[in-house]
Amino acid sequence: MELLVIGLGHYLTLAAILFTLGVFGIFLNRKNVIVILMCIELMLLAVNINFVAFSAHLNDLTGQVFTLFILTVAAAEAAIGLAILVVLFRTRGTIAVEDVSTMKG
Amino acid sequence: MISAITFYLFSAITLLSAIMVITAKNPVHSVLFLILAFFNAAGLFVLLGAEFIAMILVIVYVGAVAVLFLFVVMMLDISFGDLRKGAMQYVPVGLLAGGILLFELISVFAVWQFAKSSETNIASPTPDPKEITNTEALGQILYTDYVFAFQVSGLILLVAMIGAIVLTHRKRPGVRKQNVADQQARTQSDAMEIQKVTPGTGI
Repeated sequence: MELLVIGLGHYLTLAAILFTLGVFGIFLNRKNVIVILMCIELMLLAVNINFVAFSAHLNDLTGQVFTLFILTVAAAEAAIGLAILVVLFRTRGTIAVEDVSTMKG
Repeated sequence: MISAITFYLFSAITLLSAIMVITAKNPVHSVLFLILAFFNAAGLFVLLGAEFIAMILVIVYVGAVAVLFLFVVMMLDISFGDLRKGAMQYVPVGLLAGGILLFELISVFAVWQFAKSSETNIASPTPDPKEITNTEALGQILYTDYVFAFQVSGLILLVAMIGAIVLTHRKRPGVRKQNVADQQARTQSDAMEIQKVTPGTGI
């Protein structure tokens, strides 16, 4: 992996670090649902970088098509997650994760 | 040379803003750094020749998802200081888990190689960008080979939209609203009556 010739390895390393940062962020902000959702978005971004890097390296457009589908699912996930968050805040008055441990109807 | 410098610039800003996303005290700052990370990732996608994905990332993520996050963060009245109390006690566990994950990923990247058949097993080869643009090439396979998956992702978005509306919709008591059906059902007989008034006596 040379320093000045950017190849597949550079993008894979970047995506690996980004994914690890997302995982670490979940541990660091384990009380705050909003930041946990943002960490999931970061991890999905790392996966997207992997897909597009392989797509560019292999000259295969399929990776970019799958990135589109991941973007769709991530947008749906963010919308539903934030909707649940708003309902949770209305009923409990808090968004701390540990207060959601009891499930009552 | 230029592309290497650009790559390092974009990836450094992406990683720095990712670090700021997870360490910022104020979630509004987290969202703003998330937007910065997405912009720089879009730059990386342009470097890789995936212009359409880059533009979609800016439009969908920065324009819709990040603004949704910003909206929710600002709408909910939460004391974020309480949420960060005791966060430091999980840093060692997080570092351990993250370190193991990073070690595993790097050790995989260090030794793996393509299978011999990978060069011949290309599902949809990228056409020459001088003849067909990236957007057009994506459209040509998205609406033919992947049309079923495309429809399914549309359905997923529809279900997510209905779910979000159903979850957050609430009926407020005591709000006066126009009820068109009631207005239409009103007839002359229940709205008014004719009374005989004899002069001088009143009703």
